[in-house]
Amino acid sequence: MAETPTSFAKASPSRWLIVTIPYLWLVLFFAAPFFIIFKISLSDTAIAMPPYEPVFEGFASLGDFLSKLDFENYQSLWGDSLYLSAYLSSLRIAAISTLLLLMIGYPMALAMARAPSTIRPTLMMMVILPFWTSFLIRVYAWIGILKPEGLLTAALHAVGLMAPDQQVEIYRTDYAVFIGIVYSYLPFMVLPLYSALEKLDGTLLEAASDLGCPPWKAFWKITFPLSLPGVIAGSMICFIPITGEFVIPDLLGGPETLMIGRTLWVEFFGNRDWPLASAVAVVLLLALVVPIVIFQNQQQKVR
Amino acid sequence: MKPGRFDSTVLTFCFAFLYLPIIILVVYSFNASKLVTVWGGFSLQWYRSLWSNESLMDAAWVTARVGVLSATIGTVLGTLAALTLVRFPRFPGRIPFTGMIYAPLVMPEVITGLSMLLLFVALDIDRGFWTVVIAHTTFTMCYVAIIVQSRLLTFDRSLEEAALDLGCPPVKTFFKITLPLILPAIVSGWMLAFTLSLDDLVIASFTTGPGATTLPIKIYSQVRLGVTPEINAVCTILIALVTTGVIIASISAKRAELRRIHDEHVALRGTS
Repeated sequence: MAETPTSFAKASPSRWLIVTIPYLWLVLFFAAPFFIIFKISLSDTAIAMPPYEPVFEGFASLGDFLSKLDFENYQSLWGDSLYLSAYLSSLRIAAISTLLLLMIGYPMALAMARAPSTIRPTLMMMVILPFWTSFLIRVYAWIGILKPEGLLTAALHAVGLMAPDQQVEIYRTDYAVFIGIVYSYLPFMVLPLYSALEKLDGTLLEAASDLGCPPWKAFWKITFPLSLPGVIAGSMICFIPITGEFVIPDLLGGPETLMIGRTLWVEFFGNRDWPLASAVAVVLLLALVVPIVIFQNQQQKVR
Repeated sequence: MKPGRFDSTVLTFCFAFLYLPIIILVVYSFNASKLVTVWGGFSLQWYRSLWSNESLMDAAWVTARVGVLSATIGTVLGTLAALTLVRFPRFPGRIPFTGMIYAPLVMPEVITGLSMLLLFVALDIDRGFWTVVIAHTTFTMCYVAIIVQSRLLTFDRSLEEAALDLGCPPVKTFFKITLPLILPAIVSGWMLAFTLSLDDLVIASFTTGPGATTLPIKIYSQVRLGVTPEINAVCTILIALVTTGVIIASISAKRAELRRIHDEHVALRGTS
């Protein structure tokens, strides 16, 4: 049999355009910047615009260029305990938040998957809708609630759960950061969990119950292991961006809430130390390589 | 407790948690009092004062233009990327390509923003409106690619094959058959790209320049000074816009689906 045309793209020059255009765009605007960030993290700070010493000027000065590169910025990252504790604290906050998200998101996704199929699309829509609303707005909404003179205090006073002379002291603490993160990322956790749980074959649970398996045991032996891809995808989708989160710790956290995204922002916009900010970004990226690889493998498998 | 009752309790609590803060924010944008906790009666004064706030209106206009442009370019690029992912199972450099599609979805925004900025500085491009458009295009195209990809995967290839067998040129087949079939996914991809661009604070802050202040940057600088009913009013307008957009889109998607099922019925009856 001769060649059967299987796709519009076959045997056509436009085929290569389809691949090349998005490829080149991503290489130029997504991959190339990482090399630049790495290069600048090795250069020295200068009071100029851009505020760093140029490290590369043609091949003639290649030797000079190489000799100028140094790991000074990384040494100062390592030397200053502030940065190390900011990294550790970011990872800790991200890990705790991801656990909290799983603890809240899993029952919610399970309840959605067990709901009658007629109302499931509506429930889906209700989870997705807040995800379309601005991050900034959703974090802002919590400020009005958690402030000492805010609505939570007023509500607790009204029902008499709190003495009138007391105020809620959550705003500008780590607790507010956790609330903000769980609130903002909940849809990201629920959606992958739901799509894993929805595919679950109900007859497996029926078989287990017919054979005398109690429901909680059936959950741990059947439901949970089968939903594991959703658990991994949801956890990675939350954990990775939370580690570098800026808006939530900045607006809800206190001065002692250390997160690396905020440190990077301050180095860049506050101290105008671009090379140091680049070094902070490179180390953050290295810390996230493992979770990012897990996430990508998971996505490939789902496909 | 019966599982049914347990489930509805969980859902009630979770949806209350998701929606109450937003509802409170919207309600207090109509508050006559400037204080956040005191209800001073219904009033539209904050919306009126918005209208006369010129810098805010400028920022809104910049944001709208950035959103439309970046969502449109991002949708074209994202659709091409989705076609690449689905229709080209093997080509040199496929693995880094899928990596570059998935990585921006989870990459912390501070890293994306900073690296973009350094690229623009290295290329000696003046920062402003266009650099924000490029930056937004780059991360929104990946979301579009994922959405369109999932549509292409569940797509009946026999229609395309029939057109090609009947001698329809490949490019025409794409525009006559493929594109209409994946159009709903492309439209929702565009809408997601637009709202992502509308929402973004961090990447825009890094890549913007003089004269290109977007609404989130403006809101953020005001929020740092404190909660005001005026910001509540801006946020309410944004929420209303996005909510109507999403609802209209989902209703029209449902209609299109019903029409498609109907058409298939008619077609089947016609051939038998």
